[in-house]
Amino acid sequence: MKKAVLSLVVVGLLAGCSTAEKKPAPVVDSSQQDAAARAAAAKAAADKAAVEANALNQSQLSGQANGGSEAENLFQKSIYFQYNQYDVSDQYHSVLEADAAYLNAHPNVKVTLQGNTDDRGSAEYNLALGQRRADAVRKALNLLGVPEAQMEAVSFGKEKPRAEGDDESAWQQNRRTDIVPQSE
Amino acid sequence: MRLGFVLLLLFPLLTRAAMTIDISGGEQSRIPVAISPFAGAGDAYRVITDVVGADLARTGELKLVDISDLQPPLTESIDPRFSVARQRGAEAVVLGKVSPLSNGQVEVGFRLMDAIKQTQLAGYSYTANAAQLRAVAHKIADVVYEKLTGTPGVFSSHIAYVIKRGKQYSLQVTDSDGQNVQTVLRSKEPIISPAWSPDGSKLAYVSFEKKKPVIYVQSLTTGQRRVLANFKGSNSAPSWSPDGSKLALVLTRDNSGSQIYEINADGSGLKRLTFGGGIDTEPDWSPSGQFLLFTSGRGGSPQIYMMPASGGTAKRMTFQGNYNVSPAWSPDGKSFAYVQRTNGRFRIAVMDIASGQTQVLTRGSFDESPSFASNGKMIVYAARQNGHGVLALVSSDGKTQVHLSDVAGDLEEPAWGK
Repeated sequence: MKKAVLSLVVVGLLAGCSTAEKKPAPVVDSSQQDAAARAAAAKAAADKAAVEANALNQSQLSGQANGGSEAENLFQKSIYFQYNQYDVSDQYHSVLEADAAYLNAHPNVKVTLQGNTDDRGSAEYNLALGQRRADAVRKALNLLGVPEAQMEAVSFGKEKPRAEGDDESAWQQNRRTDIVPQSE
Repeated sequence: MRLGFVLLLLFPLLTRAAMTIDISGGEQSRIPVAISPFAGAGDAYRVITDVVGADLARTGELKLVDISDLQPPLTESIDPRFSVARQRGAEAVVLGKVSPLSNGQVEVGFRLMDAIKQTQLAGYSYTANAAQLRAVAHKIADVVYEKLTGTPGVFSSHIAYVIKRGKQYSLQVTDSDGQNVQTVLRSKEPIISPAWSPDGSKLAYVSFEKKKPVIYVQSLTTGQRRVLANFKGSNSAPSWSPDGSKLALVLTRDNSGSQIYEINADGSGLKRLTFGGGIDTEPDWSPSGQFLLFTSGRGGSPQIYMMPASGGTAKRMTFQGNYNVSPAWSPDGKSFAYVQRTNGRFRIAVMDIASGQTQVLTRGSFDESPSFASNGKMIVYAARQNGHGVLALVSSDGKTQVHLSDVAGDLEEPAWGK
């Protein structure tokens, strides 16, 4: 069961890969023609990668339709935070205990803790605030016996809101840390 | 006050991602300059004088005097009709001509004339192909601006930013007027914090394509890129040292919050610079190389601090309000721009470091990510207009405001380069 889930995640990561594209050299450059040729080649490669990424997306979607596994049920969880708060609320204690028990029983499974914020203010400062929320969950799991080596706390800051909108209900959904299985 | 004069830069060949430029404000006395249609320039070459005129007008420091009704156009420095330009208030006149060359290129020559004395202030010629005419125009505008104001022009410089369209993110580079857009990176995951290398040849940025923030450095000449920092945890907020040898960055690898480090541009020599347990981020390397400005939550709210570039004791710089972030040094190192929040509105301000005096420059509600042009005269920032993210410019004295708008997506995280 666990293996199937992890391979799906690998596919998801590949699908998310980006393609670097050549910026033509600045004007009044004797290598204009070479640059144009390189740009065309880069564009062709980018287009090909995009097609492949699309194909991978398709296979990922069909795989997900097969339903939840044990690991999926345990992870894919969200810990929500109050405005300007960075401590894990007591209401999540049983959730984290269950996750910690699973991780302790499965030392090969690693999780990423993804911190998020609402979308007000500096991108980088929000990234740091999201990191605090991810770190809070990491510390809570660590106190429940999960080794640091099994966890990675990262932040998406305000960049990946679950809810769009400029009101408290949207912001509330975005102040959270997601617990997701890692692919390595 | 809003003068509300709008220049629509919509050229038939450049309909893709065309932007509008909206100039408002700008009350200081402006230098009047006339730009005569260039000799030998059919409609295909009108772009040159159009771009020169738009560049100069956008600064708020020069004012265009229209002499386009003179037929045939003023093209010679000895033309007696200089008196007409003088009567209309012009203190300087730009003349030029476009000459086709046998290899398909053109030679573009121009003269900047003192309208009163009818003497030449500057004159240059450029050889270009059709795709380079806008670049030639920016060079002409740079010369004219410097001759008339004494400050180097930045019209030939570039601005990097991130554009979001739906779930598609692109890191793009544009000319200083928002035209000639080049895509550097496309991704289905967010991209933030582009930072120009001092020589303008590379961009460092943060990409989430690996499902976490990782810092990359990408060459704009070859398109090649490499990972600069992918340590455990988050990797973000790159800022180049002025000699390009190192970058300051923010890592969380030591499980003590977001902390500032430095790393050599080749990825070696990681060194930790701050040792708090909270949030230290957004380092910005001073032009002298001696200091870092950064944002820290150590005092309970985000404020801007300064410390030696090698680390050490930090001095708090901002005290007004409970949200001051995103410091950006002015090129002369005497002041910095930053974002301050007052009554829920985010606006761009500048602080004079010696006196501690601050001035709020913008009037929006979501003005963020300030970045100075290399001549220190203008600041580019991200604003919201009609619910869209747009790039905006404000003069460093706050008197001139310009919106570079693209209706086709949200533009964020601008960085002004060479």
